Amino acid sequence: MPSLKDLRVRIASVQSTKKITSAMKMVAASKLRRAQEAAEAARPYAERMERMLSNLAGSMSAGGPPMLAGTGKQDTHLVVVMTANRGLCGGFNSNIVRNARGLIRELLDQGKKVKILCVGRKGAENLRRDYRSLIVDTVTDFGRKRVAFSEADGIATKITDMFIAGEFDVATMVYARFKSAISQIVTRQQIVPFPVPAKTAATPTGGAVAVYNYEPSDTEILTGLLPRNLAIQMFRALLENAASEQGAKMTAMDNATRNASDMISALTMKYNRTRQAQITKELIEIISGAEAL
Amino acid sequence: MAATLQLEVVSPERLLVSEQVEMVVVPGTEGYFGVLPQHMLLLSTLRPGVIDVYAAGQVTERYFVTGGFAEVTGNTCTVLVDEVLPVANLTKAFVAERAAKAKAALDAATTDEERRRAALVVVNVEVMETFAVAA
Repeated sequence: MPSLKDLRVRIASVQSTKKITSAMKMVAASKLRRAQEAAEAARPYAERMERMLSNLAGSMSAGGPPMLAGTGKQDTHLVVVMTANRGLCGGFNSNIVRNARGLIRELLDQGKKVKILCVGRKGAENLRRDYRSLIVDTVTDFGRKRVAFSEADGIATKITDMFIAGEFDVATMVYARFKSAISQIVTRQQIVPFPVPAKTAATPTGGAVAVYNYEPSDTEILTGLLPRNLAIQMFRALLENAASEQGAKMTAMDNATRNASDMISALTMKYNRTRQAQITKELIEIISGAEAL
Repeated sequence: MAATLQLEVVSPERLLVSEQVEMVVVPGTEGYFGVLPQHMLLLSTLRPGVIDVYAAGQVTERYFVTGGFAEVTGNTCTVLVDEVLPVANLTKAFVAERAAKAKAALDAATTDEERRRAALVVVNVEVMETFAVAA
């Protein structure tokens, strides 16, 4: 039976935990709003980029640069695991890692070679246990205050360089798509070679087939556009991930706050019961003492 | 009133400009080109330079871009840029800072690829210098 003092100390400690978790929830809520805005602001660029690419890819009937057409092999896969740098956000990181693990196992079972690029500290920590030898690189330096495009560009450049050096044939990234504060969907997306988007039915001019003039040439534009598109996809994923992380954190902290409240009321109940029991005991002692006289 | 075309300048971080303009001059890789309404379909890469926006025969706004892509379809001109700065913000001090950073990156480059990229940035900044406003 814990003493009254023990109970008081425990109640106080749970109360301060509750204060912390509810503050973290508030912080996550405000960061979530900002992350969501950033994700929305990045959308126009990505949409227009996609339109341009589908126009271009449509005009390139056969072949094209390797980043579009692939290397012709499927031997080595690069898995880009995108997680957060920080924990305390419920199942967010472990969901992504679990999905990535599934993908890695599938690929290994098919006899493919797998390389892992970890974006985010938590994923790296998690995967290091089983797949230490497969991790080629880890990027943790991003999203300090907000996700900047240059950070996404840096990661994309790294991937492009690896591709040009022939270190992998296919790249897939695993990240959490933001749906709402309580629901984030872990998504696998192939980024290299670029999956050609379906050509939009209506051309902007409304004419039969839009024939573009290319300056300097379609191949040259495409070689410029493809790494750029990779950076954009990366940026988009980073932003989605950032929003998802904050959403998950908000939900997790909300749950933690609620649990703390439950715990406080249970402890308070116990505290009062113990106190009453003690008073009753003392009364009995006094009364039976008086009766004995 | 003359016919207008829709100009959109988009950077990865946001949609910067979306407005009706009379004419816009864009720094294409093979030279500056002007876009008027009913321009033919065109896709072009950009080089570092300045986008001039015209209204009523006068330049109303100027944006410095470091590179990107332009797509012209009939009455819209979409410019996807890597980085965009209003020319009014290009102060000497700002450009000098960028130049120092670019030079440092070039000196620190170890591989050929890194050197090539850093050199591009230096060229970028040099172009920027020519447009820098006093102050």
